[in-house]
Amino acid sequence: MAGGKEIRTKISSIKSTQSLTGAMEMVAASKMRKAQERMTLGKPYAHRIRSVIGHIANATPEYRHAYFDTRDIKRVGYIIVSSDRGLCGGLNINVFKAAVASMKEFNDSGVEIDFCVIGKKAARFFNNYGGNVVAAVDSIGDAPEVADVIGSVRVMLEKFDNNEIDQLMVVSNTFINTMTQQPTIEQLLPLLPSEDEDMQHHWDYLYEPDAKELLDGLLLRYIESQVFQAVVENNACEQAARMVAMKSATDNAGDIIDDLELVYNKARQAAITQELSEIAGGAAAV
Amino acid sequence: MAMTMHCDIVSAEKSIFSGLVEMVVAAGSLGDLGIAPGHAPLLTALIPGPVKLVLQGGEEEVFYVSGGFLEVQRGVVTLLSDTALRADDLDEAAALQAMEDAEKAIANQNAEFEYSIAAAQLAEAAAQLRALRKIRK
Repeated sequence: MAGGKEIRTKISSIKSTQSLTGAMEMVAASKMRKAQERMTLGKPYAHRIRSVIGHIANATPEYRHAYFDTRDIKRVGYIIVSSDRGLCGGLNINVFKAAVASMKEFNDSGVEIDFCVIGKKAARFFNNYGGNVVAAVDSIGDAPEVADVIGSVRVMLEKFDNNEIDQLMVVSNTFINTMTQQPTIEQLLPLLPSEDEDMQHHWDYLYEPDAKELLDGLLLRYIESQVFQAVVENNACEQAARMVAMKSATDNAGDIIDDLELVYNKARQAAITQELSEIAGGAAAV
Repeated sequence: MAMTMHCDIVSAEKSIFSGLVEMVVAAGSLGDLGIAPGHAPLLTALIPGPVKLVLQGGEEEVFYVSGGFLEVQRGVVTLLSDTALRADDLDEAAALQAMEDAEKAIANQNAEFEYSIAAAQLAEAAAQLRALRKIRK
């Protein structure tokens, strides 16, 4: 019964893998709940800022911020949001694929691209891909803070201010439900006009100090909050994707164990049968 | 009963306060502001400092905000609070850090890169093995 012991070792090793993936699944499930909560908490802020920006933009038409102007596109900035860790199915690679597909259009028309990468996976991928990475953030962890994205967003905004890039996109996963995460590409700059009809007010704010300065500050925070929201949402996606991936890994491990146990039992029975027939044969010979 | 208005304090990370208040006192960039119900629409930048809310019934609650914006509309006060301390040179430092990290990520690539090649080769070999087994069956 030489094969028997080997199969048993294999079964026990798969069992330990199974308990590991099972634990990871449960950890991801609990983290996902928290990440989803965080995702909803940040939404009112961005919404609020957006409506105030819309209002100022309508109320003071004489001051038009550069972020609203569409320019000829010579160079584009991409902010790519990814996770730091793997074992989450096709989550990151789907984002990269979507980004590469949308960049292809720009590449074909001779437009160059600058990257800002968030998360280790994106940093690795876009270095191999051969992009011009100008800013990187990683190790943000499970509870992202706005402070984590301030630096890299500023790098990209400065480039926009200096006419080094003419469009800024953010690529990240959108959380649809636990089973589905959709890679999405959103345009941050120039700001697309909002379709909100509510902007046509007939009153105006009192401004302290003045509208221009407030608008600058609000726009900066708006862009930051958009990127931050993308990071938070991507985190929720990461946990959900990991949960699903680990669940199927646990199920697969169970299937393999069943198969191996069948093989093991067959081998055991074959050995017993062989021994019996040897004994019977030996007895007959005597 | 005193007049009240709705007050929301929100940041990009969470909602800090939401409820009815009788008065809001905050540190605006041009000086302290006290907002009572019926205040004209106002938009101002805030400097880091305490925000005092007089809740319905006269109870007081104090929050600390590290800057942000205050918006007053008819019957609604919204505080868009910053979560991190903001200053131009601090932002600049963060930007420099991000650029350095980008360079580091490129420099440290070799070890990681070899690992990812090895991982890809391993996956391919495993796939071939699986295919062979299937053919044998």
